[in-house]
Amino acid sequence: MNLIENLNKIFDSRIRLGIMSALMVNTAINFNELKELLSITDGNLASHLKTLEENDFVKVHKGFIGKKTNTTYSVTKAGEKAFKSHLVALEKMIGSMK
Amino acid sequence: MLQINLHKSKPFTYFVLQSAFYMNEQQQTLEELQHIKKMMERSSRFISLSGLSGVAAGVCALVGAWFANNVVVENGGPSGYREVFTRSMGATSLQDFMGHRLFQIAALTFVAAFCLSFLFTWLRSKKNNTPIWGYTAQRLLINVAVPMAAGGIYLFKQMQFGNYGLIAPGCLIFYGLALVNASKYTLGEVRWLGYCQLLLGIINCWFVGYGLYFWAIGFGVLHIVYGIVMWYRYEKNKQ
Repeated sequence: MNLIENLNKIFDSRIRLGIMSALMVNTAINFNELKELLSITDGNLASHLKTLEENDFVKVHKGFIGKKTNTTYSVTKAGEKAFKSHLVALEKMIGSMK
Repeated sequence: MLQINLHKSKPFTYFVLQSAFYMNEQQQTLEELQHIKKMMERSSRFISLSGLSGVAAGVCALVGAWFANNVVVENGGPSGYREVFTRSMGATSLQDFMGHRLFQIAALTFVAAFCLSFLFTWLRSKKNNTPIWGYTAQRLLINVAVPMAAGGIYLFKQMQFGNYGLIAPGCLIFYGLALVNASKYTLGEVRWLGYCQLLLGIINCWFVGYGLYFWAIGFGVLHIVYGIVMWYRYEKNKQ
């Protein structure tokens, strides 16, 4: 069995992995907070979020604070499941090398 | 950290070269896990709180306590300690109390401690490249501020009724509660500092009039001990 195959390709990117890690421990995070957390540009973050959204790992909620738009992101059931199995795969990789 | 250690030891470097692929893969996996951990921590807790902030606040408190002690000694001598504090420090009204030297020393100590601890935490967040005024900082501040504000109002009311002896233990108790509450939103060890302050405040309730000693221990010594422990645990190796 090739352990690497179990690793989710979507989590290859450090940024997408970071987004998912943060969303796993928070009910929802807005765009600017994610941007601060990962210290990346708007466009870069948006494209990674889009990938996660297209794979149904992340759901978007568009709201308003006063007149300003407030877009928040949270993890979906599928995303949670994928992230957890990714962690298990990483664990196994470490375990197999001991 | 790990990488630096690898390059330092020669035999280990040979081993790394021999099994470059093997090590590379393992290291990548490890780094990935560390990245996940870091992102989880950074996104949910305010972790820039520096141990040096605790030490600075503690030192301010001890200096303040020393000045305050001098005032107390001037006004009634060490034997009159208890009396000076329970009898509203010779003040007849609340306005009088606010203008009292002891009150001024306390206020100045608080401002100095706040500014210095902010400075060290700001420096640390700069170094770690973490935003200081993010969501986590706001959440931490709100959770400290709510018990502190409620306690402040309550103690203010106590002062109006002339219960000056209960102010010092009250401050320690409410500060302890605020810390216990805050520990969920910053480094978890803050909880233990909170428990210690709470305990100290409760003991102080049976030693009314000796508040200054308890403050020196709680706001001074405990902060310094906490700060040193935290600095050793989280910051020393990352210099």
